[in-house]
Amino acid sequence: MADTDYTLAELCITAAAEAWRDAGEVLASGLGLVPRLAAGLAKLTFSPDLQMTDAESLLVAEPVPVGKRGAYKLQVEGWMPFRKVFEVLWSGRRHAMTMPTQLDRYGQINISYIGGTFEKPKVQLLGVRGIPGNTINHPCSFFVPDHSKRSFVERVDMVSGAGYDPARWQDGVRRDLHSLRLIVTNLAVLDFGGPDHAIRVRSLHPGVTFEQVEAATSFPLLRADDLHETPAPTAEQLRLIRTVLDPHDLRATVFK
Amino acid sequence: MADKRRTLPDVVAELRDGMTIGIGGWGARRKPMALVREILRSPLRDLTIVSYGGPDVGLLCAAGKVKKLLFGFVSLDLIPLDPHFRLARQAGSLAVVELDEGMIQWGLRAAMLRLPFLPTRAGLATDVERLAPELKTVVSPYEGGERLLAMPALTLDAALVHVDHADARGNAQILGPDPYFDDLFCGAARKRYVTCERIVETSAFAEHGCLHSLVLDRGMVDAVIEAPFGAHPTSCTPAYGIDLEHLKAYGAATTPEAWAEYRARFVDVDASAYLAAVGGADRVAAIPAPIF
Repeated sequence: MADTDYTLAELCITAAAEAWRDAGEVLASGLGLVPRLAAGLAKLTFSPDLQMTDAESLLVAEPVPVGKRGAYKLQVEGWMPFRKVFEVLWSGRRHAMTMPTQLDRYGQINISYIGGTFEKPKVQLLGVRGIPGNTINHPCSFFVPDHSKRSFVERVDMVSGAGYDPARWQDGVRRDLHSLRLIVTNLAVLDFGGPDHAIRVRSLHPGVTFEQVEAATSFPLLRADDLHETPAPTAEQLRLIRTVLDPHDLRATVFK
Repeated sequence: MADKRRTLPDVVAELRDGMTIGIGGWGARRKPMALVREILRSPLRDLTIVSYGGPDVGLLCAAGKVKKLLFGFVSLDLIPLDPHFRLARQAGSLAVVELDEGMIQWGLRAAMLRLPFLPTRAGLATDVERLAPELKTVVSPYEGGERLLAMPALTLDAALVHVDHADARGNAQILGPDPYFDDLFCGAARKRYVTCERIVETSAFAEHGCLHSLVLDRGMVDAVIEAPFGAHPTSCTPAYGIDLEHLKAYGAATTPEAWAEYRARFVDVDASAYLAAVGGADRVAAIPAPIF
């Protein structure tokens, strides 16, 4: 593959890395393969001060390659057991990117269950995990590999993560710590830059039209003033993804 | 000084129907599985379980032991979802309170400190607060008057945890990369039961790990039970990793026939038969630490 060729996964990783541009010295948590590679790419390029873990309990000075590690030696710089992760995230020194099953017009996300009722769900998923605490305490971004009306829904079956629906926020609850940033999908990059944090399409992946994204979304979308094509990865970004961060090409499994 | 050494049946004999039981560990990591299997062999029922859930929750659900579950997730880690827990949920067969992971920690900490609640933002503006009407908010009496969620104390009747080493008095050592919240589970419980890979002399702790590995002191522990490989099929690193092969077999045993067969092979057996059924001590000890 020539350096100028790239895959959709590589484009998404590069676009998702932008979530951590100018983030400073915060814990970058990428949960799921593309978010994790994106956090690593941000650290190796424009955000070197990011902190990250081995996805277990150690802070590492450089991103750990995904998959089989072979002779790779972790560059341990600290300890981050779950209790400390909670302290960091409640203190706000973190930006996490997760992969919601559903997302609505307010950026409310669902990872708990689909269909049926809370008492008797049709499909039980993970449970809210740390998403309520994440979304109300520090910046959060999302990666959705299948942009469709099933993932971008009118109403999420359960609000696992807090969004911008004003009806959900009681008087006196602090809203200034809550900040939803980017949504990277297989079609486009979106953000919350519209009036009252309405979701906008910020860039379209090559060959994708705005109408196509609209048709794959169950709620109205805005068009960013400077709507553009999602920038292609640079040769250096591709080199880092292919040889440093994901040498076994696990990213080939993202879009089957 | 009190000798707190007990057996698995001793512990389960002290538990009662309807108790609220907290289970330490996290997902498929350092779960007190030998004790969980002992509960499966007992007539105990209608339990309320508090857990960072893994196959402990799945097994208890499959055996119909759970009346109510307080959870943030149930996952086998290397396999994202637990099929037995999913079946129970999708059948509507247990009551649940779904909480943010941090809220569980906060509830246990409040119970440990004998506080009625601890304030947090986690859960606000989500369905967590809507679906659990018992959760209330408080307004800060200080400047700003911020409204916060008052996470109520999660007081436990019993805590079950698994560690690497303990002495006969109840001091315990955790050598793995994360203590999870085992100290809080013990702190929040009226009775604290600790299974361990090995009971050691108190003087031997220092040979095995640094001072920071001495996570539980004897004031937090009522009974210690030696249960080698007692976390299997979950990990107890550095001793052994997650047994993915076993978790796959466990996860596949969802029909009544397959579950009966799983149960006969791996639950309704004693410790030595269990170890033989899962491939023996050498095999389990050779399971590498998981890579996440």
